[in-house]
Amino acid sequence: MSAAREPVLAPGRASLRRRIDHGVKSLAQGRLGRALVIALPYAWLLLFLLLPILIVLKISFSEMALASPPYTPMLQWAEQRTLSLSLHLGNYAFLWEDPLYVAAYLNSLKVAAVSTVLCLLIGYPMAYAIARAPSGWRIVLLMLVILPFWTSFLIRVYAWIGLLQGNGLINHLLLSLGLIDQPLVLLHSNFAVYLGIVYSYLPFMILPLYATLVRMDLTLLEAAADLGSPPWKSFLTVTLPLSLPGVVAGSLLVFIPAVGEFVIPDLLGGPDSLMIGKVLWTEFFSNRDWPVASAVAVAMLLIILVPLLLFQRVEEREATEPTR
Amino acid sequence: MPQPRRDPASLESWQDPDARPFLEIRGVTKVFDGATYAVDDVSLKIFRGEFFSLLGASGCGKSTLLRMLAGLERCTQGHILIEDEDITELPPFERPVNMMFQSYALFPHMTVEQNVAFGLRQEKLSRQEIRTRVGEMLELVRMTGFARRKPDQLSGGQRQRVALARSLAKQPKLLLLDEPLGALDRKLRESTQFELVNIQERVGTTFIMVTHDQEEAMTMSTRLAVMDAGRILQVGTPSEVYEYPGNRFVAEFIGAANLFDGRVASTDGDRVTIQSEGAPGDIVMHHPQPLAIGTPVTVALRPEKIRLLEEPPREDVNWVRGTVREIGYLGDVSIYHVGTEGGLTVQVQVTNRGRRTSGPLTWDDVVCLGWDADSGVVLPA
Repeated sequence: MSAAREPVLAPGRASLRRRIDHGVKSLAQGRLGRALVIALPYAWLLLFLLLPILIVLKISFSEMALASPPYTPMLQWAEQRTLSLSLHLGNYAFLWEDPLYVAAYLNSLKVAAVSTVLCLLIGYPMAYAIARAPSGWRIVLLMLVILPFWTSFLIRVYAWIGLLQGNGLINHLLLSLGLIDQPLVLLHSNFAVYLGIVYSYLPFMILPLYATLVRMDLTLLEAAADLGSPPWKSFLTVTLPLSLPGVVAGSLLVFIPAVGEFVIPDLLGGPDSLMIGKVLWTEFFSNRDWPVASAVAVAMLLIILVPLLLFQRVEEREATEPTR
Repeated sequence: MPQPRRDPASLESWQDPDARPFLEIRGVTKVFDGATYAVDDVSLKIFRGEFFSLLGASGCGKSTLLRMLAGLERCTQGHILIEDEDITELPPFERPVNMMFQSYALFPHMTVEQNVAFGLRQEKLSRQEIRTRVGEMLELVRMTGFARRKPDQLSGGQRQRVALARSLAKQPKLLLLDEPLGALDRKLRESTQFELVNIQERVGTTFIMVTHDQEEAMTMSTRLAVMDAGRILQVGTPSEVYEYPGNRFVAEFIGAANLFDGRVASTDGDRVTIQSEGAPGDIVMHHPQPLAIGTPVTVALRPEKIRLLEEPPREDVNWVRGTVREIGYLGDVSIYHVGTEGGLTVQVQVTNRGRRTSGPLTWDDVVCLGWDADSGVVLPA
């Protein structure tokens, strides 16, 4: 409060006033206020992320039962007021022993990795072109990237069936041009799965890449040229390293959902395109084996989470690297 | 003043008619969007070892000219020659020219060391050579202890030094500096002025600096060019440009100037008598070139060359009378704004010799001001 007004107030009132001010201030800026602001998103995460994960984790440690819900409870009142806790690890052992699951995990990782690389190879030049386009064009080009989101993901994947199937548009065109005399098997193949994933996730690669590229200070490239570096070399030594955060963000945004992808392999893939998302669905809905399905989900979470945490650790260490 | 030290007896390269220019700019023009003339038919000759400044207000085309020298902008017309070799069409990465950017443009993902080494890596140099050169450069700018830091861990002044080291590392024939001190605070700017001139003397590279700060251009340059609206108005040493401004714009841009418009009444040898509505008597000035009677001219007088008089001079020439309107106390000097009877405002600068809190004059005092025939210049109006 203004010092000029203070003497007018009686000393007692002034000190009271100061105390009230202090209280309001500490509420607004202090620990309490801050805690309230932070608590809300945390409560959200707790309720809708952590709690479901814990439930899934709990189910994964139970056994299948012909009951509703179809699994054995983890905590049970046994006789004489003893609480029995039963942890059933058989589901995880089962995942490890049955080659189907391991193969599905490995195939999912492979499909996701290859798709991520393909998205990067296609998305980087696109993001670069948009970021370097005249500023009036940028918004239009970005809109074109985002436009497919206005149609449901499912419908777009279905549309690919129409394009790829034996009597679909692509085969029809190639046949009528005389380039082939037998329709190509495009649908229900690994090719179709890659195509579907790359098509669906490309915007998630382009947007973070664009965000880092458009923020780049172009005088850095002028400086590089001035110091004798031809454009291609400046790209490798300046643009690419500076866009690395975008590359990482885009790759994670593509890789993580692609590992667990279910709709695309289910609709476009064939019998040999085995992916873990599909296995999970089968366990849950066809076999009604909730415990194994939960174990599959937990294992998938770990497979993605562990490398992610390691990566973050490395990033943090690099950021706080001690400097002399 | 961090003026480059020179042998006063030797002829300056720009005064020597036989000297070959190191850099020659021939009729260079830059047109943006087909209509905006950023640089308009500029020709300049710059000699080896010069510290040349391009001085002008923002938007006068000085930075565009510099960028054309670096190859970052293409010339619409004209040629740029370094040692008689036409480099107009060379891309920036093939020019023997380096630039220090106004924003410094340090690579944020590289350490100080890597930044300085960047240019050297483009040449076929051994690791050992690069390391030695980087060490030398960091020593030159006194940044040896910061070699492993990233640019965002440095202060503005330190970044400026790294940028200088990086642009000098390749030992360019010509170094271009775009507002090199613009981002520094005043104290640091003054000390860096000295340092930059010292470094220039030590490495012997030709420097071309762009600045909007006339004080900076005056203290650092061997010669400077005043630019306005894409054209060069005057080229000369700082004292030439200050003492003998070629036209009204230069007179007003470099330092303060009091201008009296009038007409030539008579001439007598190198003395010219001018009648002006701004002064009660005649104005008599030295002017070596002959002027026709009746020519409209402007007399430009520097505030520090005007004296306070007790009474009007007996000859009734070179004087005005007025009332003190504003007083600016700057410590070492005081600036008085005097509203004259002719309706002009004349600035007078008086050195504060005695220590007193109030000057010899105060507001609304009526004073007479006088000057000598050789303390100003006569400019074509």
